[in-house]
Amino acid sequence: METVCTGRVWKFGDRISTDLMVPGSRVLANPGLGAEEAATFCMEANRPGWAVSEVQQGDILVAGINFGCGSSRNGSMPLKTLGIAVVLAESVSRIHLRNAVNTGLPTLVAPGITGFVEEGQSLKVNIITGEVRNLETGATMSAEAWGEGTPPYEILMAGGLDAYMKIKLKERGLVS
Amino acid sequence: MGMTIAEKILAAHAGADTVVPGQYLWCKVDATSGHRLADLEALGVDRVWDPDRVFMVDDHQAPPPTIAAANQVKELRRLIKKFGITNYFEYGRGGILHQVFAEHGMYAPGDLVAQCDSHSTAGGVFNACVTNANLDAVHVLAFGELWFRVPNSVRVILNGTLPGWCVGKDVILKVAAELGTDYGLYKSVEYVGPVASQMSLAQRWTVSNMGVEVGAKFAVFEADEKTDAFLAGRLDRPYEHVTADPDASYEAEYEFDLSDLTPMVARPGDPGNGVPVESVMSERVRVDQAFLGSCTNARLEDLEVAARILKGRQVHPDVRMLVSPSSQEVFGAALKAGYLETLVDAGALVEHSTCGPCYGGHLGVLGDGETCISSSNRNFQGRMGSPLANVWLSSPATVAASAVAGVIVDPREYL
Ligand code: SF4
Repeated sequence: METVCTGRVWKFGDRISTDLMVPGSRVLANPGLGAEEAATFCMEANRPGWAVSEVQQGDILVAGINFGCGSSRNGSMPLKTLGIAVVLAESVSRIHLRNAVNTGLPTLVAPGITGFVEEGQSLKVNIITGEVRNLETGATMSAEAWGEGTPPYEILMAGGLDAYMKIKLKERGLVS
Repeated sequence: MGMTIAEKILAAHAGADTVVPGQYLWCKVDATSGHRLADLEALGVDRVWDPDRVFMVDDHQAPPPTIAAANQVKELRRLIKKFGITNYFEYGRGGILHQVFAEHGMYAPGDLVAQCDSHSTAGGVFNACVTNANLDAVHVLAFGELWFRVPNSVRVILNGTLPGWCVGKDVILKVAAELGTDYGLYKSVEYVGPVASQMSLAQRWTVSNMGVEVGAKFAVFEADEKTDAFLAGRLDRPYEHVTADPDASYEAEYEFDLSDLTPMVARPGDPGNGVPVESVMSERVRVDQAFLGSCTNARLEDLEVAARILKGRQVHPDVRMLVSPSSQEVFGAALKAGYLETLVDAGALVEHSTCGPCYGGHLGVLGDGETCISSSNRNFQGRMGSPLANVWLSSPATVAASAVAGVIVDPREYL
């Protein structure tokens, strides 16, 4: 897991729901779809073309309040598949935040972030300490870090729940 | 320092004497749902931590509308057998998960439950901390444990006396309209006060169910004799009511005087768009579909009030009214009580218990430009079908009255 990420910013608004990340009619209605293909529909309704031709590996997503509200479907999966390195939002829905940890996509609550950076600027984000630097303006701010040793930190550092579970199941002798 | 209900329940499940908001805990969990059994199998694990505390029902695609869905349920049945899950409910004996799991003893006061589906906050009506676990339900299946961050608690004090025809749905639409749909984010919301006591268990259940619509992690009520009456005969274990300490600390307290409340509707787009029904009557909003169903508002007394309104009346010729009880147990009770007969005589279409119409899956999906008045919990764009359809949320009484009128009306006119 990269703990310091530098990337270009895409800005999204308030209350970006998981329905926008995983459109039901496109993705849930097609259970056979692979992760790559499913990701091409991410934000299709609010930002057509973004997933298909704009976003690049290592980019950073910045959003407003209650990012990932609504359904418990895993909106972090398409974001991670599209190469988003880190998500910073004013606030994040609880269900989405847990999905993000479990998917291994660093997602930090960063009050004030929408006024701190413009789309297209670059940020340097330390996901351990929560330090955020705007490489254009030189300004810094703090996002809420998980805290070393906390369960979400350990799951994130393992690379997500799947990897974390494999280690723990071995430790507890539930698999050989 | 005293503790809130959520703090007490989390502390008890972490083996701690006291906890504070922000603290991370590993907690023992009392139950979960079986949605992640395939993930467990993929990890090479061949048993769950407690087969009697895993609950499962297929409700969303019940019964399967497509071959792909049928194959998914077939696979689910294989996993249920393989892992020896005892609380699995086949079509005809099931219904919608939040209702069915409660009927079969999943929740008791003081419990900590993490299960799939965002409306899991519904279980808070039983004086329990019940919340969504999505991917990490597999961790519960394997170990019977999950991590939690102790949430800040807020208290919503419901004062006054609920006037006629106003029920829990009107209360939560009012609360969501006043406080917004983010006020409960990451928080445990405790509902207290005279109206909380006055409401039936079913009405409180609606409020807890829509906990997630205000962002809450838990949406908890205190327990009383109504809680005990529902649980009697459904549980094989003792429990104790959990109350907050008098000196417990809340991040915020919100007071409502509900004595002047009038029936509410939420305009399309967001559950927080609540306004009094009387304020929209002049718009004469024409209804194509009236839906009385979902885990929010399709319990016995919801069907009873609809039957009372529809008795001797007819559903408007331009309206299709869909009725889907929240479980097959409720279906049977409504059948025996004669409510379903009244609804059928009035021209309503009575379906089995299913999620189908609520999430726009099947059994009553909305077409372009159609309008639905619904007793369910979400009216987001596209939720019940076409993105060009409009969904208004209301109580069952308002759904039934509007089905008769053909336009959205105040149910008090049908007293
Ligand atoms: S009835 Fe609707 S809200 Fe309730 S569980 Fe089913 S789909 Fe979800």
